[in-house]
Amino acid sequence: MVMNDTITRRGLVVAAGATALLGLLPRPAAALDTASARALIDMAIGDVNKVINSGKPEPAMYKDFEGIFARYADVPAIARSALGPAARGASAGQMSAFTKAYQGYIGRKYGRRFREFIGGRIEVVNAKPLKSYYEVISVAHLQGEAPFDLRWHVSNKSGKDLFFNIIIEGVNMLATEREEVAALLKQRGGDIDRLVADLKTM
Amino acid sequence: MIQNKGIRKAGIGAVMATILLAGCAAPPPGPIENDPNEALNRKVHAFNKGLDRALLRPASDVYGVVPNPVQRGIGNFAANLDLPGDVLNNLLQNNGPDAANNAGRFVINTVFGLAGILDPASVMGLPHRKTDFGETLHHYGMAEGAYVELPGFGPSTERDTVGLILDFALNPVGKLAEGDDAKIASGAKVLSKLGDRHRYSGTVDSILYDSADSYAQARMLYLQNRRFELGQTGGDAAGAEDGFIDPYEDPYGNE
Repeated sequence: MVMNDTITRRGLVVAAGATALLGLLPRPAAALDTASARALIDMAIGDVNKVINSGKPEPAMYKDFEGIFARYADVPAIARSALGPAARGASAGQMSAFTKAYQGYIGRKYGRRFREFIGGRIEVVNAKPLKSYYEVISVAHLQGEAPFDLRWHVSNKSGKDLFFNIIIEGVNMLATEREEVAALLKQRGGDIDRLVADLKTM
Repeated sequence: MIQNKGIRKAGIGAVMATILLAGCAAPPPGPIENDPNEALNRKVHAFNKGLDRALLRPASDVYGVVPNPVQRGIGNFAANLDLPGDVLNNLLQNNGPDAANNAGRFVINTVFGLAGILDPASVMGLPHRKTDFGETLHHYGMAEGAYVELPGFGPSTERDTVGLILDFALNPVGKLAEGDDAKIASGAKVLSKLGDRHRYSGTVDSILYDSADSYAQARMLYLQNRRFELGQTGGDAAGAEDGFIDPYEDPYGNE
């Protein structure tokens, strides 16, 4: 018993030291776990529910959705992923212009879809670790509609807990966006500057 | 949509031949689209878009004037007629609970819901558990096959196309309904489709008319959603990692 206690105590001290050392490393600061991933999405959904039941005119709602996206999503990672291989050759200035334009575009595009949720509500039902991140599972209840499955992928690799993908009834936002942005870029002969200019009006 | 006995018989023959062929040469589904007939599919897609623009969308706008409760009643009536076929497929898939659910739903809505116009069963906890022959074929191990865009029907796969034809051929309601009953059933189906087109017009329009590549978007949405419906992706499925993207490990999407 005494032995055990000692080992346990020493174990604790070592563990505490290791944790302190890890804390000093330039690793993601936020400790992501099922509960914090769930809390993030609970907050994001709370904001979404507020917007879809606010009765505001559409352009104001799109702005609100853009704000939610900017607050809870890892927009730079999503934008880079959506731009795909073209992001590799882009300058830093192009990337930041694209990320900004893309954030507005997403707010409007998905804002229009979320507009159809007016009068409905979304609730988190489960959260679990999945590969190197967390999946938060929510259900959307719309009027006169069978409930449907909405999943949020959350990571802290940006240094903060943020979501980087949404899966709606199996439809993967990042995958869909990658394909669409690639097509948009191809239409413009691979010209990222033109894409940025056009995204602002889409 | 317009069914005729002769076409239906010919269809069954074609289906049997297709099943035999597909059984031999079915490649496994992957995260990447299996679309060897893309050039032809794109032509069909252009045709379908033209059909939507010229006919379906304007007709659905007209139908949209009909009061919502009436639209819903017609939609309910049409969906109720699908239930016997769904029960048949539930049984073929060896899914007793869903078969019982859908059979109970059919009886309740037919008897107490004015032949299915109202939906008391949902309130009683018997929601529609939709299925189709494509799912039955999946249940028996038939692979998805190549992606197909069907004229008038839209996105599908080789397996789901066979399923669609079998659904038409084996639908118990289609077999029993004669004369005016059959006309009413077909009419309700058409109106129900128009109602759906109207109801989801924002989403459908954004995919068909606002996308840079509406063909590729429709293909991706269909395949991902279909695999999810069949339990091949999402949550507890064995292949739950399908299509999983890590923008941190693979920022440029090369994998």
